[in-house]
Amino acid sequence: MTMIRDIFKRNRERNGPTIPSKAAKDVPEGLMFKCPECKHIILTKEMAKLQKVCEKCDHHCKMTAQERVESLMDKDTFESIDDHLKTGNPLGFPGYAEKIEADSKKTGLNEAVLTGTGKIDGQPVVAAIMDSHFRMGSMGSVVGEKITRAVELATSKGYPFVIFTASGGARMQEGVLSLMQMAKTSVALKRHSNEGLLFISVLTHPTTGGVSASFASVGDINIAEPKALIGFAGRRVIEQTVREKLPEDFQTAEFLLAHGQLDAVVHRHNMQKTLSSLIRLHTKGAVAHG
Amino acid sequence: MANKAQKSLPFEEPLIQLRKKITELKEYTQNAEVDLSAEIDSLEARLENLEIEIYEDMKPWDRVQVARHPNRPTTLDYIPYVFEDFIELHGDRLYGDDEAIVGGIASFKGQPVTVIGHQRGKETKENVRRNFGMPHPEGYRKALRLMKQAEKFKRPIICLIDTKGAYPGKAAEERGQSEAIARNLVEMAGLEVPVISIVIGEGGSGGALALGLGNHILMLENSTFSVISPEGAASILWKDSALAQTAAEAMKITAPDLLEMGIIERMIPEIRGGAHHNPVKQAEFLSEAIEKSLSELNPLNPEGLIDQRYNKFKAIGVFTE
Repeated sequence: MTMIRDIFKRNRERNGPTIPSKAAKDVPEGLMFKCPECKHIILTKEMAKLQKVCEKCDHHCKMTAQERVESLMDKDTFESIDDHLKTGNPLGFPGYAEKIEADSKKTGLNEAVLTGTGKIDGQPVVAAIMDSHFRMGSMGSVVGEKITRAVELATSKGYPFVIFTASGGARMQEGVLSLMQMAKTSVALKRHSNEGLLFISVLTHPTTGGVSASFASVGDINIAEPKALIGFAGRRVIEQTVREKLPEDFQTAEFLLAHGQLDAVVHRHNMQKTLSSLIRLHTKGAVAHG
Repeated sequence: MANKAQKSLPFEEPLIQLRKKITELKEYTQNAEVDLSAEIDSLEARLENLEIEIYEDMKPWDRVQVARHPNRPTTLDYIPYVFEDFIELHGDRLYGDDEAIVGGIASFKGQPVTVIGHQRGKETKENVRRNFGMPHPEGYRKALRLMKQAEKFKRPIICLIDTKGAYPGKAAEERGQSEAIARNLVEMAGLEVPVISIVIGEGGSGGALALGLGNHILMLENSTFSVISPEGAASILWKDSALAQTAAEAMKITAPDLLEMGIIERMIPEIRGGAHHNPVKQAEFLSEAIEKSLSELNPLNPEGLIDQRYNKFKAIGVFTE
């Protein structure tokens, strides 16, 4: 009897090999890399050189925060801050601390965002780079705090603030505290803005929910990577509410551009150059008078 | 109307049964010539005790149900009892007039104020018109327009929060639901006038927060403020929305929870059993709370108000260094 029950048990890890989880597949450790879009196979090394943009279908594959830093910042200029902040478990959710621990090990980050100072083409910036490999990039207290402190640092140094968003939204396991991080980051951004400083938001795949509905959408310049999913509500929720089929490109960067929600969609290969120009154009005395 | 107000909630069932029994006994005494007054008295005493027991120890799920009661007073129900000379102002000047949010100018104890609130309907027809209190971007943009207007004329702003959330629809996405909410958060951060946000019913996620970046956040005792509905949380956590009751407890979404976490300044007591039992009396409690908050915020100068808001939200979060 017990044996029969075991067969139907939800938790079957002990009963031999299981299919590796999707998350595990996302982390490229092997020699080869397979494009999740067109299944094109390429050497991982080559893919890194291409900034993880598929050479065949131009799909912009997910980047880790560290890869993003390498693709944007001048060599060895990036210095991270607030790596010591540790996530709590305010609602006492079972298993939450363990999940944070595991993702921390997997990504080498203390939370779903990497913050710090660095230089883009010789120009100092404070940057925050979200990493969707860490709890889907969701925002809890530490993510909110790190972004807020990064904005405050940019304000005190008089630097531009650049954020790369990648997040499923507010983190459920920290409840309303996560929601309030939307407010916290907003009060900090307002101060930064009042000082006449530049804020560039780069929306990458995916940027949804509470992150889309706070800092991601209020840059002085909002740009996105091609095909990035960006939206407030989930596609399935909307389909259930409106009971109609949504267009194929719904909530993509291109869809948002067409609806006036973005300044530009920028290819990853042009990102560093674009950011550099934007920052230069916002620097006093940097533009020669004709 | 009266019937609806009496609509009982599942956790009130023991009270309903007992009341029914008392009524039956009373009728029986009248018809048959038996004196049951002793029994009736004892049952009435038990009813009183049971009321205290049930209403003074409401579980999170009970509060969720009270917060969602169809006859729970809405923004427009409170306005005539809390304010004078309310004049509704419509439209965002950009696209349309979203009736899921109402706003306007009024006088509060002699002081001009701007009042803005989510507005759901009481019956189907009105609910359709008001989209069940779930705003589109134009609703949030109307709210922001009225807040900026209030700032120009140095009027305090009072926001009443009562929504399941911002509307998850195609048109809402096309017109920038995210941007509308995000814009309100940033702009509210910089308002030079006192802002008091009061959750009067459901405070559902970003759609509620877009009116919530106040100097003070207050909550009615039986209101909720959450990142996701209990049903949503249950379906994500346990793939079963029927476990909403458990989720309501785990997610810490009630006024006492938020008070304990230091997110809200104070909790406004409710009429026993919920605001719908006596909206007029409840409006008095609301008035008292607004007066108290205003007396604390009115003396602050614009910079002081912005700093107070900054410090309030900056302090929210649980982590270790």
